[in-house]
Amino acid sequence: MKPFEYERAADAAGAIATLTREAPRAMYLGGGTNLVDLMKLGVAAPELLIDVSHLPHDRIEPLADGGLRIGAAVSNSALAADRTVRARYPMLAQALLAGASGQLRNLATVGGNLLQRTRCSYFTDVSKPCNKREPGSGCPARDGDHRNLAILGHSEACVATHPSDMAVALVAIGSLVHVEGPGGARTIPLPGLHRLPGAAPQRDTVLEPGDLITAVELPPLPLAARSRYRKVRDRASYAFAVTSIAAALELDDDGTVRDSRIAFGGLSHVPWRALAAEEELRGLPATEASFARAADAELAHAQPLRDNGFKVPLARNLLVRTLAELAAEQGARA
Amino acid sequence: MSATVAGGRAIGTPTDRIEGREKVTGAARYAFEHAPENAAYAWIVQSPVAKGEIHSVDGSAALERPGVIAVVSVENAPRLAAVEEAELHVLQSRTISYRGQIVAVVVADSLEAAREAAAHVRVDYREQEHHVLLDEHDPAIYDPGRVNAGYPADSILGDVDAALAQAAAQVDVVYRTPAFHNNAMEPHATVASWDGDELTLYDSNQGASRVRDVIADVFELAPEQVRVISPHVGGAFGSKGTPRPHVVLAALAARMTQRPVKLAVTRQQMFAFTGYRTPTIQRLRLGAGADGRLTAIVHEAIHQSSRLREFTEQTTIATRQMYAAPNRRSTHRLARLDVPTPSWMRAPGETPGMYGLESAIDELAVELGIDPVELRIRNEPELDPERGVPFSSRNLVACLRLGAERFGWEERDPTPAVRRDGRWLVGTGVAASTYPAYRSPATATARANADGTFVVRIAGSDIGTGGRTALTLIAADALERPLERVRVEIGDSALPRAGLAGGSMATASWGTAVTFACRALLEQLQEHDGTVPAEGLEAFADSTDDVRATDQGYSRHAYGAQFAEVRVDADTGEARVSRLLGIFAAGRIINPKTARSQFIGGMTMGISMALLEESVMDREFGDYLNHDLAGYHIAAHADIGALEADWIEEDDAHLNPMGSKGIGEIGIVGTAAAVGNAVHHATGVRVRELPLRLDRLLAST
Ligand SMILES: Cc1cc2nc3c(=O)[nH]c(=O)nc-3n(C[C@H](O)[C@H](O)[C@H](O)COP(=O)(O)OP(=O)(O)OC[C@H]3O[C@@H](n4cnc5c(N)ncnc54)[C@H](O)[C@@H]3O)c2cc1C
Ligand code: SF4
Repeated sequence: MKPFEYERAADAAGAIATLTREAPRAMYLGGGTNLVDLMKLGVAAPELLIDVSHLPHDRIEPLADGGLRIGAAVSNSALAADRTVRARYPMLAQALLAGASGQLRNLATVGGNLLQRTRCSYFTDVSKPCNKREPGSGCPARDGDHRNLAILGHSEACVATHPSDMAVALVAIGSLVHVEGPGGARTIPLPGLHRLPGAAPQRDTVLEPGDLITAVELPPLPLAARSRYRKVRDRASYAFAVTSIAAALELDDDGTVRDSRIAFGGLSHVPWRALAAEEELRGLPATEASFARAADAELAHAQPLRDNGFKVPLARNLLVRTLAELAAEQGARA
Repeated sequence: MSATVAGGRAIGTPTDRIEGREKVTGAARYAFEHAPENAAYAWIVQSPVAKGEIHSVDGSAALERPGVIAVVSVENAPRLAAVEEAELHVLQSRTISYRGQIVAVVVADSLEAAREAAAHVRVDYREQEHHVLLDEHDPAIYDPGRVNAGYPADSILGDVDAALAQAAAQVDVVYRTPAFHNNAMEPHATVASWDGDELTLYDSNQGASRVRDVIADVFELAPEQVRVISPHVGGAFGSKGTPRPHVVLAALAARMTQRPVKLAVTRQQMFAFTGYRTPTIQRLRLGAGADGRLTAIVHEAIHQSSRLREFTEQTTIATRQMYAAPNRRSTHRLARLDVPTPSWMRAPGETPGMYGLESAIDELAVELGIDPVELRIRNEPELDPERGVPFSSRNLVACLRLGAERFGWEERDPTPAVRRDGRWLVGTGVAASTYPAYRSPATATARANADGTFVVRIAGSDIGTGGRTALTLIAADALERPLERVRVEIGDSALPRAGLAGGSMATASWGTAVTFACRALLEQLQEHDGTVPAEGLEAFADSTDDVRATDQGYSRHAYGAQFAEVRVDADTGEARVSRLLGIFAAGRIINPKTARSQFIGGMTMGISMALLEESVMDREFGDYLNHDLAGYHIAAHADIGALEADWIEEDDAHLNPMGSKGIGEIGIVGTAAAVGNAVHHATGVRVRELPLRLDRLLAST
């Protein structure tokens, strides 16, 4: 174990100043449920941890436009239990509850969850090469173990997936990530925070050194009240997604699709917003045939690897079933 | 042979685990929690290459780190005596036989310092190309002659080829099981300290006497110079049956540094050097008449072992006694690869073997259109079909019948893939369980104190099974005294010598010695007219003669039947076991409360094996790459639906004074087949490879 210093940040400005000054030897610490694990494995070796989990970013506040502002230090448990979230963005509460375990969710923060790193087994084993951990060392997953890695948007350099459930729902909702950094404050719309691996898989996101996530803003999105999250996994609980979907559906009176929001987890280096499927669906009758057409539109560019081709029919089935269930609910209500 | 079966009052009474309170309050101390004064900490350095030679080990950079006391490797390790198990010959050779092999150990004042310094030990290797995948076409596969537990590799009766050619119905299938890792809750750990030439080990193991003997051999000491203490053990499942290399390492490091040394194996390291169940490739051929009577049974299994040790899982042994058939062939073959050495894991042999056999029997039932419960009943042998001797007791048919009734098997429509409950395809399946009733010699003392209490001593071990409690019940009955007056001491090699908590024979073996010691004590008491003198009375017993005299004219096994209901998501292929019922016949049940836990624990592990568990070999680097509990999936609560275990009481006078058979392992035997058979009934598709992962099922739904 490497010795490191620990500092509890008193305010955001101070934390940002310290980190900007000390990067790359310093890192922010949220609940620590991912970073501390990676430190134990030798994957991350910060010399200074700046604990941002006690900053006053621990509130969930309604916004004037009807949206919701969630502090970056809000725990995954608190967010999942929030009444407004449960009523108006059920897919977000469901995604959170599908992740990790009760104890972990009590510690895990919104900021940390967005920035958790891939579970690719080469990435977490420092005795093996990995471009994400050690740029240029190679990607053994491509010819090795990749059953649970990407089918969309991967590169020669990296085929990893982003493991977060919460982020999939946030991406479907089209949330905004509030960031403060050395150059001031800015917002990053989701999708847009996470990046595809390309030639630089060591960079998971577009954040720059010193950037602190302070909040996530959910836009008012009436159709999100009719949404759900479905996670497919090897084990019934306490396992990362093999493939997951966050979906919201709004029908017109004639039973055609007025609007939808669809995002996949477990398929790519980023939480994958299925814009092609959403586009395809608009105006189509809410039938399984239409949903299948939408899925095919999205998955047409899938590039499965030797052992993860099953994710294509899996994602397709998941999209069809989830939208069919949402449509049936609305049919019942109408 | 002890012809009478005792039937006391304590035996058969559901009794709480004696040390339960200590365990749940944290008062019970496990090996690593022992902290001798001035203890140092050891951290293991492992080979990142799977095959090759160590060119040099340079510990100088590590030694410069603060707090580091020693770096021990092949360069400076003292010579150890070669013992049968080559894995224990640690740091003695430059040859690397598998990735993750121990190449050095760093000793420091703190765990953190040792671990940090371990990263600075420089080892140079001459790497060679490795071969780590088990493949039935590997030309190096050979016949090991004998397999574990001393069985001959091959057993051939009659003419199977002729019988198969003439059979009205035939099944010819290949089943595959992956490698599995035991993953006990408490990882292996040892605290070693020397006092002159005397070695004390606090260690997590399945039998203190065995660890003492082996370690004494390695260090060329008399057994009396080694003391092994292990009052509480947090699970083992076979992986702590013999000392693993870390025990030797802890003792060696302590000797070199003249400090007590604490050494805990990490979860990741458990995937390299503490053992695992070999993967298997099993070909099964069954031939039967139209009436369902088997005419031929062929079961051929291929396994792997390391270059260090010939370890052959006894996969097809159960097939030798399960069903009647005049023509039979069961064989074992082995491939030696550049992989870690496999070892024992809960019901070694029976677990993978009965998965193959009981799946093939189900396939035959479908082929013949005969109910699978009925098919098994029709093939019930009268005598052990290969040994020709009677069974001491055998209630497989009773288990099948009772299970079928409880489960509601009668109403089952055999047609596959026709039941739907919302998104789920639903099916049911059955399989048989079996496990041999062994016994090993043991010694024990029983002591009467003047205050009316009794102390029974035996070097048994309680690995979480409730063994201590069972022995207390046995002793209370043998002494004809209430439970509260009897204390049983175990978990220390200074106690009378005893064998392992393994092979489901612990209670039968130790219980025999305990019963004899207690009976001898009662006789002494009688001689004293029932009054205990101030200094107390003590009796000693050795069961060796009784065990050796065991009547070889009987075939002794426990049996069971498991019934599973499985749901498979039609869109995603996710499989869940919604219901599992096991009915067992395992002699007299000593403590119904802990026995139930053993049965349902085994069944839970069986569900886990069927649906989730697999150690994935990394072809490029040569290790098991999902080497932690995030990657190696063990059933979580949500994976287990309604789980029920019950039993048929047997009265068997050909076993031991208690009339008991082992119960620790049979629960896992057959579960995976019952689940797989139910998956076929649900989906209409046979997946002949474990685990029944969603990607394998997705292709089928
Ligand atoms: C056993 C296990 C199972 C799990 N299962 C799941 C699962 O099924 N689904 C799932 O989605 N997740 C799962 N997780 C992951 C879990 O959700 C994450 O570990 C957690 O959300 C991370 O949050 P944290 O606050 O603990 O982050 P930390 O570990 O503290 O930090 C993670 C990263 O974010 C950075 N960071 C933290 N806060 C900020 C901030 N405000 N601004 C900028 N950077 C910041 C840190 O520097 C670090 O790089 C599992 C984790 C474990 C250990
Ligand atoms: S997929 Fe990415 S994270 Fe995994 S080994 Fe390749 S580069 Fe590393």
